[in-house]
Amino acid sequence: MSNKLLEIKNLFVKAEEKEILKGIDLTINKGEIHVIMGPNGSGKTTTANAILNNPEYIKEKGEIIFDGKNITNTKTDEIARQGVFMSFQLPEEIPGISVTNFLKYAKSKATGKPIKVFQFKDELAKYMEELNMNPKNMERSLNVGFSGGEKKKNEILQMLVLNPKLAILDETDSGLDVDAIRTVSKGIEMFKNKDNAVLIITHNTKILKNLTVDYVHVLVDGHIVKTGGQELASEIEEEGYGKYKKEVSNNE
Amino acid sequence: MSKSKVKDIDRNIYDIKNKDEYDFKVKKGLTKEIIEEISEQKNDPQWMREFRLNALEVYNKLELPTWGPDLSELDMNEIATYVRPKSKLNTSWDEVPEDIKTTFDKLGIPEAEKKSLAGVGAQYDSEVVYHSMKEELIKQGVVYTDMETAIKEYPKLVKEHFMKCVPVYDHKFVALHGAVWSGGSFVYVPKGVKVDIPLQSYFRLNSPESGQFEHTLIIVDEGASLHFIEGCSAPKYNKINLHAGCVELFVKDNAYLRYSTIENWSKNMLNLNTKKAIIGKNAQVDWVSGSFGSKISMLYPMSILNGEGSKTEYTGISFAGKGQNLDTGFKVVHNAPNTSSVINAKSISKSDGKCTYRSLVRINENAKNTKSSVSCESLMLDDTSISDTIPVNDIKTDEVEFSHEAKIGKISDKAIFYLMSRGLSEEDAKAMIVRGFAYPISKELPVEYAAEMNNLINLELEGAIG
Repeated sequence: MSNKLLEIKNLFVKAEEKEILKGIDLTINKGEIHVIMGPNGSGKTTTANAILNNPEYIKEKGEIIFDGKNITNTKTDEIARQGVFMSFQLPEEIPGISVTNFLKYAKSKATGKPIKVFQFKDELAKYMEELNMNPKNMERSLNVGFSGGEKKKNEILQMLVLNPKLAILDETDSGLDVDAIRTVSKGIEMFKNKDNAVLIITHNTKILKNLTVDYVHVLVDGHIVKTGGQELASEIEEEGYGKYKKEVSNNE
Repeated sequence: MSKSKVKDIDRNIYDIKNKDEYDFKVKKGLTKEIIEEISEQKNDPQWMREFRLNALEVYNKLELPTWGPDLSELDMNEIATYVRPKSKLNTSWDEVPEDIKTTFDKLGIPEAEKKSLAGVGAQYDSEVVYHSMKEELIKQGVVYTDMETAIKEYPKLVKEHFMKCVPVYDHKFVALHGAVWSGGSFVYVPKGVKVDIPLQSYFRLNSPESGQFEHTLIIVDEGASLHFIEGCSAPKYNKINLHAGCVELFVKDNAYLRYSTIENWSKNMLNLNTKKAIIGKNAQVDWVSGSFGSKISMLYPMSILNGEGSKTEYTGISFAGKGQNLDTGFKVVHNAPNTSSVINAKSISKSDGKCTYRSLVRINENAKNTKSSVSCESLMLDDTSISDTIPVNDIKTDEVEFSHEAKIGKISDKAIFYLMSRGLSEEDAKAMIVRGFAYPISKELPVEYAAEMNNLINLELEGAIG
């Protein structure tokens, strides 16, 4: 049985008429934690959106294989139901739908089965306690008026409830505070097992402090210019992306 | 493929067409002879016969409104204004003729009565075929009956109030109503009596090329309270049907009335309804209104705050799909000090459907220390839908707190993507956003009606994704 969960092959993606990804290759196996790092505008968020086939991002070339299936042109909801989750940097606010009802609904869609109410409630209570969430927020409208930290927790809670095979965490915001970082690490710790995988997208090395990651990829100007282990993150923390930016301009 | 959380309804429920059977149908058109015939058939007292004929004269003098949707396709010569069903007024569902009963059964009316209502009225075409109320309310002196019975049994009360709140010269369709009105409900809640469970009247127009002109007259006496629910629907025909009902609410000092409507007329209906409340000292009227059906609606419930310290709140939503033009809103007149009004209107439009929010807030000189806040929000589901906002604010005193907020926007692609990334289909995602948008209104309705409203939303959204 193949251990391969996600495979991106020679992916070119355009957004708003601009070429963003210029030939990306990436393989993620079950049980692994990957990190994509890169400066602003390098294509990190585009990568996440391309995997989920956000219609605002146009794939020009290449393919994405998930769990043995070609999902390059699959609709977002179908990709989600196959087990890909993305935590948003700026989650949308949906007035009039409570967090609890949304989670129940999404969970039943993800599993294709009706919710077992009591089991679901217990599970939810457990996660919320671990993430130190205020139960009152569960009856509030989804993300409406939530603080940045509350939104972050809510995204991680959704990840835990939906229990995907691959969780993509878009953490491109440089303004992540200590609490948010703790939320993300705690969430990953609870989520991670040998059968699933995590892809963290960030340019913030602080988030990696409490995590053991398997691979770090450096994304600059739409290319993965270097892949290494955790030490690569430390290098970038000290030296920045300057060296890699030069490499790209030399190559072009 | 995808099933929504709210149980899908069978769209056929609203569209059940019974054979156009009737006991009596007046010939089409609008003449003195026709009005006299209706009056004769209805066995009107003399004053009512004169009232009708006078209203017809007013009708003939008044012009069509020069603003709002185009009503030129309405030809009164093609409308039968009175259709008496093959049923007398019954007090037991068992006595209602089978086909009529089946219709109301499918609409869930008798079931709702058993579960959650204190009384029910059901009108089929021009006459009320069923009316009943819980025994304990009868004992407390509450009156809930059809208008025809009320004229006979409470002549003084009816004559004192009938079309005094909404006078016949208000506009052309009110005059029409005055001439041909039939059916509707009469409610009287005596001083201090609190009716905790809602009363509901349901209006069903079955007959093609006809009109429904029910008259609802509610008097909530001092310190009393009531929740009244009105539902309406009709099967779809190719030719125009007309609904020009009239609702008059007299809410005396310290009384409270909540008036809720879920309207789902078929899309060949012109819905030109008039509703007005006169509100006494420290009294309150709350309107909750959901407009889904009809080809054209012109509907602007109105509160007249005559008593010091009186209050009104309007919470309404309109949903215009293909070929629909829903011109709805609210009017309030502040005539006394320390009064307050809160207007919260929402609209949803899709596939070239048009929603217009039209409102009037008038605060007169003597209405010192008045508060009024208006908020209207429109959601458009695609590029062809149309939404407009036409508020008129006429404020004649300085001592007011007035705010107005309007928001028009298209459904957010980002929000749809966000929900789809959680496994919801595009259709489910849109439905969730729309239901959430409508939630401030549906939460004001009793649970069963909120569910019906969500069902109507799902129904309207069906096939929205091409």
